[in-house]
Amino acid sequence: MKQGIKYTGTPSWEELESAPGRPSQQRLEKGPVAFIECVQEIPCNPCEKACPFQAITVASPITNLPRLNEEKCTGCGICIASCPGLAIFKIDLNYSPTTALVEFPYEYYPLPEEGEVVPCANRWGKFVAQGKVLKIKNPRTYDGTSTIAVEIPKAFYLDVRTICRKEDY
Amino acid sequence: MKEIQIAVIGAGPAGLAAAIELAKAQGNVTLFDENTKPGGQLFKQIHKFFGSSEHLAGTRGYNIGKQLLRETEKLGVNVILDAPVYAIYPDKTISYSHQNREQAIKAEKIILATGATENALAFPGSTLPGVMGAGAAQTMINVHRVLPGKKVLMIGSGNVGLIVSYQLLQAGADVVALIEAAPQIGGYGVHAAKIRRAGVPIYISHTIQKVMGKNEVVAAQIVQLDDNRQPIPGSEKILEVDTVCMAVGLSPLTELAWLMGCEFAYIPQLGGHIPKHNHNMETTVSGLYVAGDITGVEEASTAMEEGRLAGIACAQALGLYDQEKAHTLKKEIWNRLNTLRTGPFGKIRKFAKDELLKISREGTA
Repeated sequence: MKQGIKYTGTPSWEELESAPGRPSQQRLEKGPVAFIECVQEIPCNPCEKACPFQAITVASPITNLPRLNEEKCTGCGICIASCPGLAIFKIDLNYSPTTALVEFPYEYYPLPEEGEVVPCANRWGKFVAQGKVLKIKNPRTYDGTSTIAVEIPKAFYLDVRTICRKEDY
Repeated sequence: MKEIQIAVIGAGPAGLAAAIELAKAQGNVTLFDENTKPGGQLFKQIHKFFGSSEHLAGTRGYNIGKQLLRETEKLGVNVILDAPVYAIYPDKTISYSHQNREQAIKAEKIILATGATENALAFPGSTLPGVMGAGAAQTMINVHRVLPGKKVLMIGSGNVGLIVSYQLLQAGADVVALIEAAPQIGGYGVHAAKIRRAGVPIYISHTIQKVMGKNEVVAAQIVQLDDNRQPIPGSEKILEVDTVCMAVGLSPLTELAWLMGCEFAYIPQLGGHIPKHNHNMETTVSGLYVAGDITGVEEASTAMEEGRLAGIACAQALGLYDQEKAHTLKKEIWNRLNTLRTGPFGKIRKFAKDELLKISREGTA
């Protein structure tokens, strides 16, 4: 089967690797950083304005892919909820010696509770590992998009991108 | 008969934007809509819009709708709701029904912002209750807060199919699968990625064969298509669903333009027959303008810009703006429209739109 977001609805590794919004491995080792999985040229730039540190550039034309300046990025995570495509994540690779933190946007109810252990899923919605909910943010400025930070076994920092949705609606 | 300066027909994103620009220019504008609430499709759009952050991108559609309504109120636009316009005559007499009465009004200028309507597919079982347009399902969940079903099959991977699938999940339904006859996903990858993360399978090169059930939908049979889009025997799959949504494109609502005797061009990429128009959005009938999906199916962001453009051009024609001022304003909008029509998705629409302008100029279809 053909790989790539046009065929599967999920960005392929090749697409992610060449995305200018992806931080380098070196930068990931250093601490929290944004991970922008925007791989298709669509007219969109709210992330550029959302970043308080001017670490994201779209410029002109507006269809440019967002470029991450990984030195300027502090890993604050404000860009996550600004992306209409829900394509921005935050990774803290060295959250602890054995775990990483992944923060992602989430627009479903019910929300989990902070401290709860939840099943975490990959870009295909498949279960990857159990994770602990560290923080849920939903300030007014996020306009209804919550962000959830989960602590997961370090090995899965490139896989975990959401949690399995709760059934009991 | 009562006479008015400008009538805008359709209070969706294009019509509202046109009315706002005209009111800003001190035009006397009356806005008609068949619905009981203005806003068109905007109030169904609970997702954050793409586009430029300078122009409301990142804002949820219904909030854009609220902003436009506040502006029309502030500017004193006369809005007549629950007023379907069913005819326009060459002297620009507008017939509409309102409060159980047939009424007529004559306008100096008219802007048609009537939008588009959903296409349907015919297949065995397509008349069963539970088979519906994706837009209808979206109206049910986001406007009326009614879940049309628990287990949904979505047909079509354009942005409508992808977005409505996501919103059905948000509303608490299970989207069993999304199928697409083309060998690739039609809409934005980020929208597809959202539903994939929620575990919804997307089957490209697949179509629906039939829907089973006696009084309601109980299952749907899908099949894989080969390179010539012919069903591959043995690849049939039966999905247990209670709802089938069709997101298979939109067609511009052009009846009023036909009645006015507008010349048309056939541009399949834009949804079919489109009234010819110039850079001012003026049709081949003098004083009759078009904006939004009636000029080719696009997005709310472009519809609003086209509405503004038509409004300003109309204001200029009425002498409300001098040429220099109008030229500056229109140029800004064209720059924004051209920006919105870039990239692999936008450039297809840009090409089709340019073709339409060219045909309109040369007078051949």
